[in-house]
Amino acid sequence: MPTKLTRRALVKSAAAGAAALSTGPWIIREAMGADKIKVASIIDVSGGLDIYGKPMYNSINLAVEAMNKAGGLLGREIQLINYDPQSNIQLYTQYATEAATKERVAVVQAGITSASREAIRPILRRFNTLYFYNTLYEGGVCDRNIFCTGTTPGQTVAKLIPYVMKKWGKKAYTVAADYNYGQITAKWFKKFVQDNGGEVLASEFFPLDVTDFGATLKKIQAAKPDFILSALVGGAHISFYRQWAAAGMNKTVPIASTTFGDGNEHIILSPEESNGIYAAYGYFQDIKSAANEAFLKDYFARWGASAAPMTELGIMQYTGFQLWAEAVKKAKTTDRMKVIEALETGLSYEGPAGKGTIDPATHHDITDVYIGVAENHKFNVVEKFPQQPPWDTAAVCNLKKNPNDNQQYVIDVKT
Amino acid sequence: MRGSRAWVDGLTVLIAIAVILLVPQLLELYSVINATIYVSMAVLALSLALVWGFGGILCFGQAAFFGLGGYTYAIAAINFGDSNLPVLFAVALPACFAALLGYFVFWGRLNDVYLGVITLTVALILFKFFNATAGDAYKIGKAALGGFNGIPATPPLNLPWDKSVQLAPEQIWYVAATLLLLLYYVSRCLLSTHFGQVVVSIRENERRAELLGYDTRRYKLLIFTVGGAMAGVSGVLFANCVFVSPTMFSLSYNAQIIIWVMIGGLGTLSGPILGSVLLQMLTAELGTLQWLDPNFVLGAILVVFVLLIPRGLQPLIAALGERTFSGLAALGFRRRKWIKP
Amino acid sequence: MDFGVIVVLQVLVAIAHLALISIGLAVIFGMMRVINLAHGEFLMLGGFTVVIAANHGVNLWVAMLIAAPIVVGLIGIVVERLVIRYLYGRMVDTMLATWGLSLLIVGAMTMTFGNTTRGVSAPLGSVAIGRYQSSIYELTLVLAAAALFAIAYLLFRFTRLGLIARATMQNAEMADSLGISTDFVYAVTFGIGAALSGLAGGLLAPLTGVLPTIGVAYVAKAFITVISGGAAVLAGTASASALLGTLDTVATFIATPVVGEMTLLIAAVVLLRLLPEGITGRFLRRAS
Repeated sequence: MPTKLTRRALVKSAAAGAAALSTGPWIIREAMGADKIKVASIIDVSGGLDIYGKPMYNSINLAVEAMNKAGGLLGREIQLINYDPQSNIQLYTQYATEAATKERVAVVQAGITSASREAIRPILRRFNTLYFYNTLYEGGVCDRNIFCTGTTPGQTVAKLIPYVMKKWGKKAYTVAADYNYGQITAKWFKKFVQDNGGEVLASEFFPLDVTDFGATLKKIQAAKPDFILSALVGGAHISFYRQWAAAGMNKTVPIASTTFGDGNEHIILSPEESNGIYAAYGYFQDIKSAANEAFLKDYFARWGASAAPMTELGIMQYTGFQLWAEAVKKAKTTDRMKVIEALETGLSYEGPAGKGTIDPATHHDITDVYIGVAENHKFNVVEKFPQQPPWDTAAVCNLKKNPNDNQQYVIDVKT
Repeated sequence: MRGSRAWVDGLTVLIAIAVILLVPQLLELYSVINATIYVSMAVLALSLALVWGFGGILCFGQAAFFGLGGYTYAIAAINFGDSNLPVLFAVALPACFAALLGYFVFWGRLNDVYLGVITLTVALILFKFFNATAGDAYKIGKAALGGFNGIPATPPLNLPWDKSVQLAPEQIWYVAATLLLLLYYVSRCLLSTHFGQVVVSIRENERRAELLGYDTRRYKLLIFTVGGAMAGVSGVLFANCVFVSPTMFSLSYNAQIIIWVMIGGLGTLSGPILGSVLLQMLTAELGTLQWLDPNFVLGAILVVFVLLIPRGLQPLIAALGERTFSGLAALGFRRRKWIKP
Repeated sequence: MDFGVIVVLQVLVAIAHLALISIGLAVIFGMMRVINLAHGEFLMLGGFTVVIAANHGVNLWVAMLIAAPIVVGLIGIVVERLVIRYLYGRMVDTMLATWGLSLLIVGAMTMTFGNTTRGVSAPLGSVAIGRYQSSIYELTLVLAAAALFAIAYLLFRFTRLGLIARATMQNAEMADSLGISTDFVYAVTFGIGAALSGLAGGLLAPLTGVLPTIGVAYVAKAFITVISGGAAVLAGTASASALLGTLDTVATFIATPVVGEMTLLIAAVVLLRLLPEGITGRFLRRAS
């Protein structure tokens, strides 16, 4: 019957059409991507970690756009491929594999939590793709394929703790996120507190989705510390500061933190809840310097006045990209080994965060460290320590002597 | 009728084998790895399809066995150095756990919602437990449990007869896809045995099966254990192509498996396999869109599905297929009439 | 001595917390046997209503007690008319549809509001109890939960609406044949359940902040509490919250919050094994 014939024909041609359509874009995509330099940025801009990811996303896109406008890198256009793992580590591994094997990018600038870094570091090493990890972390990564521009406890905690102990006293209580960053940073807290003659009364760890700190607050009160050390991470942990202030504790027991502020907590919380909290980073948006002011002007012009405020993570994602670009210019190629060698000559970049230099033995960043106190949605920078070497990683890692080293060393603190 | 069924089966197996062999040749490494992930999750979907679709057991915590399989494999492989024994452990442990949980639940005569809640709670307990193991103290032998980070450096599978040769991603694809095919046919066979028939009858009406003299608790326990073992296999494959972490136990994985089975078609075996692959591909595609939130689209699709296609995809496709077949047959009949003088 | 008082207060707060997040789900499940997996999102919507209203100058208490329940109640009625109404009696289908709804709502909120945590400060300041300081607002939650349950009880027991609701719950067909429009009752009940969830979410917002994804943390706990409570709406939820909340808090004080949560979950499993119909399946059967 005629109707059945036409239906069959329709289905057949539809299937053929669909097949053709699906292969078409593939072929076209392959042809166009030939001359560009591909860079991948894998950063969470949604989910609980988005408060950290947005400034990083904004800054690297700004950097690539500016560089392309100025003529590109080695005369070629840079194609930045942005991936959003949505605070889900499984997507990190998927996107890292895609960037390395399908897109074959020249460099991957990725990772926020230490968990995500450790998930993709072996993948990128296996597929010979250069990796820049730009988030502050607990130190100790020793791997020739990775460059870490974020600050480590040997740089920040080492300066923060003596400063606050002089102000506040000798007894500390630690609250930290329950994963490798929190656990290892808590150990560093203990080490530095003990080195300065104090003691850590207790360390408590909280999984990233905990929002109810009621019982913990009472326990802290029972222990009567002089101050709190916080390595809490993520959108859920902000409730700690909120509940702390609700119980009135912010007037009696001060807090120092290595993570507060990097998620723009001081802007999300009210001034009553956040004033007086101390933090140490390689960068604060409120640093007064010509380079910083010029950068911020471009940043807010591009992303709008209500864009995510700039944090150390955002600046280091920017710096990481710039350092890589400098190395490519020096090596005159995007070939991984040549770029690594160029970086290992101790390449520097002067930017909004001051001067950042690659330390060849550890592949970490020698950078300025600042201490700031939260005040009315801003940070008041009270101290600056120039050019702090990453001595915590340097104590365990020497890639010049052992270029094939591939692990993260964990510091061992004698209790 | 039987003959044509065997013919279709044989053809399907041949096509499946062809696909398995061709995928690494035609697709890039990245797509092969993705395909392996989809196939591993399809095995998980198959396990719930068996337990729920045919056993009538609404297990809201199937991911518990999935996670246990993955963790057992990772811990054992790190400690033993090779993958032969770990694979066996990784199937045995979830099966034992399923047996224990099943005993706990079925001998208590728990049903539908309450069963679902208990299984979900168990999965959540495991999630919270594994999530909190970031400290150094949490080690089993040489393997640190890693807490929230999971165990990223899991040794991959190696050849059973030569422990030094580790499988490359393409070879893991072969293993995974073949396992899926095998387990599908094993499930089909299982369901056609006396045991399988009893299980289905329990799903239909448990009281009636009891009155007919069957100890329904035993049958449910057995099918639940088989499902648990299959989920364990899926965990091993997942550990090889992604990595082991506490999210394997989370609410979202548990809900996803249920969604795959429902969209694929509750009460069928091939439906959930299809449903899981399609939905995973869809979720991955959605993740790359910048302007539309993936949750929004997925949620809308689910709601529309439930309202319009409640029985799932497989019955829909089967119905369409039958209509096409009968249409073709009618056409062929007419043709034959034509050609004959 | 004052530590003892603190622990008792913390236990009460935890019970109130559980009771508040579960009551909405209990009403909907108790009335219609609908497992609303979008329950966490109703809580989240209530929280967002409060935060947005407060940030625009609305008095916090008005936002929490009036705006949040009304907004979320209306959303609930819309959801019921558009989706749930077609799925009564199909428990698994409603689970799937409400899970889809929850994803949809989370997605829509993320697209509109972005994924940053926002919040309002907790009002009322703090009070000293012996050597300890406690947030007065936390303690207010206990009073709020108690008041809510009391009002709900009075409504069920002494109003015509409550009578109709209880009748429909006990035997929908009979109620129908007596002339009660069960469709209308279901729609209103779903709306009330949603409104209760919105209220709870609003009350909790100053303590936890709001994010489009916070619903997930609540739904599992609420689900477990409601099922452990059993068929009776108020008595079940109250007793399950009391038991589980106490165990959770005591365990947290002894060890860590993670141990507390695990204790809650293990207790629920044991409870369900021993009392398969929930607490009120065995005890307090005649409670509403």
